[in-house]
Amino acid sequence: MGAQGMLEGLPEVLVILAKIFAITLPLLGVVAYLTFAERKIIGYMQVRLGPNRVGPRGWLQPIADALKLLTKEIILPSASSRFLFLLAPVLAIAPALAAWAVVPFADGMVLASVDAGVLYVLAMSSVGVYGVILAGWAANSRYAFLGAMRSAAQMISYEIAMGFALVGVLMAAGSLNLEKIVLAQQGGVLSWFWLPLAPLFVVYFVAGVAETNRAPFDVAEGESELVAGFHVEYSGMGFAVFFLAEYANMVLIAALTAVMFLGGWLSPFEGLPAEVLGVPVLGPVLGPGLHWLAAKTSLLLLLFLWLRATFPRYRYDQIMRLGWKVFIPVSLLWIVVLGLAITTRVAPWLD
Amino acid sequence: MTPVVLFYLFAGILVFAGLMVVTVRNPVHAALFLVLAFFTSAAVWMLLEAEFLSLALVLVYVGAVMVLFLFVVMMLDVQGAPLRQGFIRYLPVGALVAGVAALELYLVVGSDRLFGSQAFPLPQRAGAAYSNTQEIGAVLYTKYVYPFEIAAVILLVAIVAAIALSLRRRGDARSQRPGDQVRVRREDRVRLVAMPAEKGE
Repeated sequence: MGAQGMLEGLPEVLVILAKIFAITLPLLGVVAYLTFAERKIIGYMQVRLGPNRVGPRGWLQPIADALKLLTKEIILPSASSRFLFLLAPVLAIAPALAAWAVVPFADGMVLASVDAGVLYVLAMSSVGVYGVILAGWAANSRYAFLGAMRSAAQMISYEIAMGFALVGVLMAAGSLNLEKIVLAQQGGVLSWFWLPLAPLFVVYFVAGVAETNRAPFDVAEGESELVAGFHVEYSGMGFAVFFLAEYANMVLIAALTAVMFLGGWLSPFEGLPAEVLGVPVLGPVLGPGLHWLAAKTSLLLLLFLWLRATFPRYRYDQIMRLGWKVFIPVSLLWIVVLGLAITTRVAPWLD
Repeated sequence: MTPVVLFYLFAGILVFAGLMVVTVRNPVHAALFLVLAFFTSAAVWMLLEAEFLSLALVLVYVGAVMVLFLFVVMMLDVQGAPLRQGFIRYLPVGALVAGVAALELYLVVGSDRLFGSQAFPLPQRAGAAYSNTQEIGAVLYTKYVYPFEIAAVILLVAIVAAIALSLRRRGDARSQRPGDQVRVRREDRVRLVAMPAEKGE
């Protein structure tokens, strides 16, 4: 024990650290280019070009943005609670990154294959609200405070529906481990949980959009009435970290939806004969792997951007109505239906 | 890092956060220290291989209860000064209550008969295959199903009672009826009027 015991555990810690870097660094790259994709895609949807000046066809735009935000002055409002003001962006991004610990990227490719993975993800996403609330309170500004209040109420309302949707997933999969949830969906597109759990799939994804404070649920920012809501007083890197947290949360929700409802890393062409899978290039592409998870996540992220380009912002009371009076009853009802299907064994995919 | 080191680290933070909850002046800071206390106690439970309870603590208390607490505390804008009035006056009573509570705790936990190391030997470490969630589910829905259901019903009654007590129907208040809003037709709102085109001078 003591120093000896610590040294023995050291290589293991280094391996875990390396894995964390291997997840976090590409993730931040994805986040940076998601902001670029958003501006480009919404630009095309609105018949504009989007950013196209920095680098070839605008591809260096995220890097230019990051450099600009890094070199800007960080302004601390004079009557703010300084420590909490600086802590808030950290609290916003840390859970969004920490939740990736249990996300399986491919068979056996996961940082921590824990048995309470779904619970861990729910716990982490529920902690993310503190960044928003503290930012609103610590800035000592009316607009920021109103944004924080709205966000707190909204996140709590939608977390319940989200939790119920996940109860359905764990009932169907019979496990809280995200790896086992993916493996329970084996058998091609029709066996993925989006079909038997269709209402929960919709509830989870829409609640996820609301949890990330994205349009049409972005009342916490509400630039037309609250200027920029909870992060109105932030400048430079503080603002950049909030921005990163929002996009990291989007990627996380998209990846989790892909893992829990769209079969994760599984290929839609399952059941191909071994000869086809043995073909040099085509085989690995058609077989299961990380690229399928990435493709599904990208598709869901496109949906996020599409929603933002399409819908006007919800009115606040309608957000609450949707969360409490539509989503929670729908998910509760489907859990009962699912329970009946499991006990009577009518559904072949729920054995 | 041995579990013992981690335990003392988390336990130290927990005790520090608990002390800060009752000593800091700003109520928002106090609520945040309570969040820290919940978080570190969740970490201590994790060390005890109670991962379900640990994550449920974070999910329920940190993720929901404390958010509502903060919501209220921020709205109230409590001033520090009136809370400190009469500190000396109430000190003897407070000290007496604290002393009795500490004595009671010592009588139960401190003596070896009830909670000592003889009554509860050091638990064996379960292997990696042990699932705390599964174990809890197995007893919760079989052996303790009635207490569990009764607790759930009591909570439901509390929810209904809280809503019934706080809901006031005001005659003069106007609210939207979303059903009517959805059912509205174009003809109810817009009327197209045919008019002859106006001619200039």
